[in-house]
Amino acid sequence: MKITSWLATSILATSLIISGSVLAEKTLLNVSYDPTRELYQEFNAAFAKYWQAKNHEKVVIRQSHGGSGKQARSVIDGLEADVVTLALANDINAIAEIAKLLPENWQQRLSLNSTPYTSTIIFLVRKGNPKGIKDWDDLARSGVAVITPNPKTSGGAQWNYLAAWEYGKQRYGEDKAKDFVGNIYKNVPVLDSGARGSTTTFVERGVGDVLITWENEAFLALKEYGSEKFETVIPSLSIVAEPPVAVVDKVVDKRGTRQIAEAYLQFLYSEEGQEIAAKHFYRPTSAKIAERYAQKFPKIELFNIDDAFGGWKNAHKIHFADGAHFDQIYLK
Amino acid sequence: MTTTITFPLSGKTFQQRATQEPSWVRRFLIGLALAFLTLFLFVPLISVFYEAFKKGVDVYLAAITDPDAVSAIKLTLTVAAIAVPLNLVFGIAAAWAIAKFEFRGKNLLITLIDLPFSVSPVVSGLIYVLVFGLQGWLGPWLAEHDIKIIFAVPGIVLATVFVTVPFIARELIPLMQAQGTEEEEAAVVLGASGWQTFCKITLPNIKWGLLYGAILCNARAMGEFGAVSVVSGHIRGSTNTMPLHVEILYNEYNFAAAFAVASLLALLALVTLALKTLIEFRNKQHQTQRGDE
Repeated sequence: MKITSWLATSILATSLIISGSVLAEKTLLNVSYDPTRELYQEFNAAFAKYWQAKNHEKVVIRQSHGGSGKQARSVIDGLEADVVTLALANDINAIAEIAKLLPENWQQRLSLNSTPYTSTIIFLVRKGNPKGIKDWDDLARSGVAVITPNPKTSGGAQWNYLAAWEYGKQRYGEDKAKDFVGNIYKNVPVLDSGARGSTTTFVERGVGDVLITWENEAFLALKEYGSEKFETVIPSLSIVAEPPVAVVDKVVDKRGTRQIAEAYLQFLYSEEGQEIAAKHFYRPTSAKIAERYAQKFPKIELFNIDDAFGGWKNAHKIHFADGAHFDQIYLK
Repeated sequence: MTTTITFPLSGKTFQQRATQEPSWVRRFLIGLALAFLTLFLFVPLISVFYEAFKKGVDVYLAAITDPDAVSAIKLTLTVAAIAVPLNLVFGIAAAWAIAKFEFRGKNLLITLIDLPFSVSPVVSGLIYVLVFGLQGWLGPWLAEHDIKIIFAVPGIVLATVFVTVPFIARELIPLMQAQGTEEEEAAVVLGASGWQTFCKITLPNIKWGLLYGAILCNARAMGEFGAVSVVSGHIRGSTNTMPLHVEILYNEYNFAAAFAVASLLALLALVTLALKTLIEFRNKQHQTQRGDE
């Protein structure tokens, strides 16, 4: 029978292709969030070079990007990430709690809360700032269309939300913060699932008057599209956004990649790693590199999540869990 | 056919062919259809190729020979090479059973075959995550035995097979039903075995319909986005198919490369369309020949 023999050949051929691609090289999978694409593209190449020089071993680092919460969900469902570099601690907490792939104290294992680089939340507006947006208050005005991703799936969106909340709290008082944030979300015409989706909506599709986004994402959009189309607006107060990194213990032990995975994350703290982060508009944590790139990052009054919200677990429970503040605001 | 219309007041009678509309209506309808086609089909198609080559042939070639793109193309072809034969076997078996035999639960089987058409592709992907994912029913067992299904090639193949199940079966069922069972009955009476009957009578009768279904199935297998996106894990150079790769490139502001890969997919669609038309043409010839016999 022609068909059966063709079937047999094709199955044989494809199984060869599949097994061939699996056996090829030593690989490491870094599951990351949306805006780090360009950062890790350069960093991975640098690390591969460093590892080759030091250990005479070739390593290929594979990348997966998407909304931070979605990526965490994939790891929980079995995506074999050797390291996760996500947008916020709570997404890695979820991996530790639900799938138990790493210990719950993972954040104490690396220095600076396992956060090699930080960022903050700023605004991107269209050139000339036609709606005159200067601070968080302007986002709550009627007639201003605000673009921000969905906090249920995006880490960046949660930082956006918390920064707005703290501003509302300091400006209008504890009990008015919720209404203030509610007014901002009333102005949101579309909630994308990840930060990059929101950037594309704002920049490429031309929707909205202001994009609330990571500082690095805003600078990247300026670089890609030129400053003749967009400009950044620095709010009077914002949050220190800490995107943490972790080795996924169960995966590296199974795949025998612990040593290389740990070296990979340590390399983020090295001078070279910090320099690459700064080049891609992430705020370096090394004082030396921070000083070198000081003029690149605007001075903003910053608060951190532990002081303002009592840490991620608390913030998640009060604001983002099912039926919590965000649901109350958005479903209203 | 003609209709005679008599107007009672004037008493005038005139005849109008029922199938003939005034010429302006015809022109308007044709124009409308053409305008619609141009706006929603030709312009986007041309824009794909325009955007792909906007930055020059070098950029285009660089985009489609990039290792990640090559791996995406390979994976897409691999998935189609597994999904289409599987559905070929399943489609023939299902259509054969439904068209030639009577049995209990036949309607249920027909409904089940249609299920992938009525379920959203995202749900099609999620069901596999729920079954094979680490937190799913079989997940822990699979992990223990180091079998990877979700976020690996088998998961992508499964999801693709699921969404493309109806294409071949749906194509064959009406064809086989129309052909009836007389020729097969004659073969059996003359002493042919079941396998002989199938190879010498049934298969030749359905070959054009089968090819047509396989082509449609292949087009969908290569183009599927939703279900595959859920089970892929989006690992570049490893579990990214062509449609997923297009999305990644687009999200990286790499528009020329995104459209370059998209143009390959569009090209694939055009080849499919050409093949389909050719087969329809052959099919028609085939049928007229049979009619002459």
